[in-house]
Amino acid sequence: MEWEVVIGLEVHTQLATKTKLFEGSATAYGAAPNTQAGLLTLAMPGVLPVLNKEAVRMAVKFGLGVGAQINYTSVFERKNYFYPDLPKGYQISQFVTPIVGCGHLDVTLEEGITKRVGITRAHLEEDAGKSLHEDFQGMSGIDLNRAGIPLLEIVSEPDLRSAKEAVAYLKVLHALVRYLEISDGNMQEGSFRCDVNVSVRPKGSEEFGTRTETKNVNSFRFVEKAIHYEVARQIALIESGGTVVQETRLYDADRDETRSMRGKEEANDYRYFPDPDLLPVVIDKDFVAAIQKTLPELPVQKRERFKSAYGLAEYDASVLSAYRELGDYFEEVVSLSSASAKICANWVMVELGAVLNKLNADITQSPITAKQLAGLMQRIHDDTVSGKMAKTVFEAMVAGEGDADAIIAARGLRQVTDTAAIEKWVEDVLAANPAQVAEYRSGKDRVFGFFVGQVMKISKGQANPQQLNEVLLQKLKG
Amino acid sequence: MHTKTVAELMVDLREKKISSRELTQCYLDRINAHDSKLNSFITVLTEAALAAATCADKLRAQGKAQPLTGIPIAQKDLFCTKGIKTSCASKMLDNFISPYDATVVRRCNEAGMVLLGKTNMDEFAMGSSNENSFYGPTFNPWQIECVPGGSSGGSAAAVAGRLVPLATGTDTGGSIRQPAAFTGVTGLKPTYGSVSRYGLVAFASSLDQGGPMTQTAEDAAIMMNVLAGFDPLDSTSIDREYGDFTQDLNKSLKGLKIGIPDEYFAEGLDPAVATLIQAAMKEYEKMGATLVPVHLPNNALALPAYYIIAPAECSSNLARYDGVRYGHRCADPKDLTDMYCRSRSEGFGAEVKRRIMVGTYVLSAGHYEALYGKARRVRRLIQEDFITAFQSADVILGPTTPNVAFKKGEKVNDPVSMYLSDIYTVGVNLAGLPALSIPAGFVKGLPVGMQLVGNYFSENKLLNVAHQYQCVTDWHKRVPNF
Repeated sequence: MEWEVVIGLEVHTQLATKTKLFEGSATAYGAAPNTQAGLLTLAMPGVLPVLNKEAVRMAVKFGLGVGAQINYTSVFERKNYFYPDLPKGYQISQFVTPIVGCGHLDVTLEEGITKRVGITRAHLEEDAGKSLHEDFQGMSGIDLNRAGIPLLEIVSEPDLRSAKEAVAYLKVLHALVRYLEISDGNMQEGSFRCDVNVSVRPKGSEEFGTRTETKNVNSFRFVEKAIHYEVARQIALIESGGTVVQETRLYDADRDETRSMRGKEEANDYRYFPDPDLLPVVIDKDFVAAIQKTLPELPVQKRERFKSAYGLAEYDASVLSAYRELGDYFEEVVSLSSASAKICANWVMVELGAVLNKLNADITQSPITAKQLAGLMQRIHDDTVSGKMAKTVFEAMVAGEGDADAIIAARGLRQVTDTAAIEKWVEDVLAANPAQVAEYRSGKDRVFGFFVGQVMKISKGQANPQQLNEVLLQKLKG
Repeated sequence: MHTKTVAELMVDLREKKISSRELTQCYLDRINAHDSKLNSFITVLTEAALAAATCADKLRAQGKAQPLTGIPIAQKDLFCTKGIKTSCASKMLDNFISPYDATVVRRCNEAGMVLLGKTNMDEFAMGSSNENSFYGPTFNPWQIECVPGGSSGGSAAAVAGRLVPLATGTDTGGSIRQPAAFTGVTGLKPTYGSVSRYGLVAFASSLDQGGPMTQTAEDAAIMMNVLAGFDPLDSTSIDREYGDFTQDLNKSLKGLKIGIPDEYFAEGLDPAVATLIQAAMKEYEKMGATLVPVHLPNNALALPAYYIIAPAECSSNLARYDGVRYGHRCADPKDLTDMYCRSRSEGFGAEVKRRIMVGTYVLSAGHYEALYGKARRVRRLIQEDFITAFQSADVILGPTTPNVAFKKGEKVNDPVSMYLSDIYTVGVNLAGLPALSIPAGFVKGLPVGMQLVGNYFSENKLLNVAHQYQCVTDWHKRVPNF
């Protein structure tokens, strides 16, 4: 039987506010344990929450960024359960009435197809603290620095049909929260975490299969692997006559598998009810309009502009617009050189892309500045260097040998475009190889490449390839 | 000296007839001499109080005194006091020293008042008799074998016994007014949102409200000038101009319309109590007020709705007492679940556990709509009843409780009968309205309380109506011999 995979994602992104969602404690990452835990974080008796307006603003900004309905009234509720890193014994979250309603995100897949993924809702809630189980002589340590940091939980519709699509969606979402400057998106530090809901159903079926939820998968690669594992597990289970159980699972990256955490029967009854310490959050049109004005150009808008203003293809435009800094870099290269946008795009995506990949770096950590790359683009554009030479110059730039012009001068990589000089080289080569000339003239034009190679050899690679082709053709015609 | 009101003591201090230190010493002596009979204090701050009094006297000598500088006060042990044990009368917090001051406490300190101690109460403010205290019950100074009411029974007994000129209380379903009635003092529950809840250890957040417990309505008005005010640390605090609560005390009551709800005089009311309330009504008529009938048709639903909403919020509010960060932790826990279960089983008393269980039940999946959801809708109806009643009446008058104080132990094993003593008071909390209780006579030697309920933010009117009654009666001046 052919199976269809159905995936929905819940992303928890930490908002980049200076203080916590309901008190003034700092939110910086990496501080000594419990140094960023005020009276509310510690859940002292009698302490009350006061909502951080900046977090509301950021949530609305996100809503506008995904074309979502903004709920002018939203309600904080209490999600009740006991855990040592949940000091109040409840998490303040939004349940029935989230601040952000239905929206969508357009995701360009590798094949160049754009898929619209529904966003069910996004709501504000508090992060929990951390339980540390090592180094405490059999006891557990609790670090509450993270407790109370604002999270935006972004819930997608079950619109994704493969691990690849899921990762593509996550990458677009990740880029978006950084575009909007509402989160640093740092996945190592847990600023962007993902719960993966997976089910399978026979292809063509309308009904959803039973889903499992895999918690806290914290890298794009692990999301892909966790989905692959879970899909294979579910299909094997069903095909061997079993049934999938609705449960919460945990992805173990070391063993590359998912494991059951708790079943539906063991699921908590969270006893949600509106938090009586907080009034409903009421915002008005002016509040939303003021945020609308602060919205930067969004990835989708940038992609369309790259297509129309620079004539880029859909795929190139979407790759270059996916990260704000990448788009900025590309545009700086274009603006500082006379080379075509298409050539600049290619160099940024292909050559620079390969270098960054190798260094496992992003564009902000590029060893070559946009200005340096623009210098090289300029020399390609004015035919100072050939494409091949340009790659040599580029490698030298990566190695830190300086700007394009300096490298070109130091290595004598200047391209020869003087027709007379090229004619002289061609004539010398033809004269030195009469047998091959005869071969060519008898119809074996495969030897053309041989002549090109010979000329490049004696010109030390400096002959302009295009001119060389023309001169060679002419001379061979005789 | 100890029978003087706050208003009188303020004059004595101002005119330097007495120092704050002398005054403080006088009350400390009374506590030492008599509180063994009442058990109204959990903590007495002898040295700190005398130091604060000395400081107050210095300020006065320097001409920097405020109106209440040097007046001794007791705080209910539900208010957090920095560096001082804040137990909520629970074993759970027997070892808890608060790291911060409640806004109410801070405002009293900033007004120059002298904190004498922390008063006894029902554990976590849950109870109507003060019998649910880890530190033992408080006794009624009018008849020692009787309860003082609750949950602010320690504050009520201390003020009634003149062990302190005034105290704070908190009122979630009647916890200021019912003990005020049982002990013959004046107790005001302000409009929800006018006194900050920051640092008031939460029982039921949407109902809790702090307020003054005093000898007179005038003292309550003076104290409200300190207590009321917007607090950015409490999201339910209401940002408005509160004005001077004493300014209308002496207004004439001519033309005042007093609403009399028949629901407050129905079956269950002690006829002797009814007689006294009717006598008070006549007094008001003499002062030029008119009595108008009003209806609170959903009043019978107030108690059941209250006993769903309050426990629901309590079950969540008390989840933080888990033995992890502070408070009672059981000895040698085997694992996490064992630590939770035993710490909470050992730390909480029976009534608190009862309410946590009820609250957990009413919020659980499958019961939520039928119980908690419905109770919230009933709450709306009760609120609408009051709003309608206030279209034809300026204030609503009735008994504070159906009966006078009962004997200790009489209702411990019958929680529902205990809950019934709040039947006239809980609706006011559900609606968030202000109300006060003042003494209106005695039945068999025990005080009777009269309740006045006002519209939102009509504290000035309530205090005016109460004060005028106290100008023509002397029930509030009677002092128990105990």
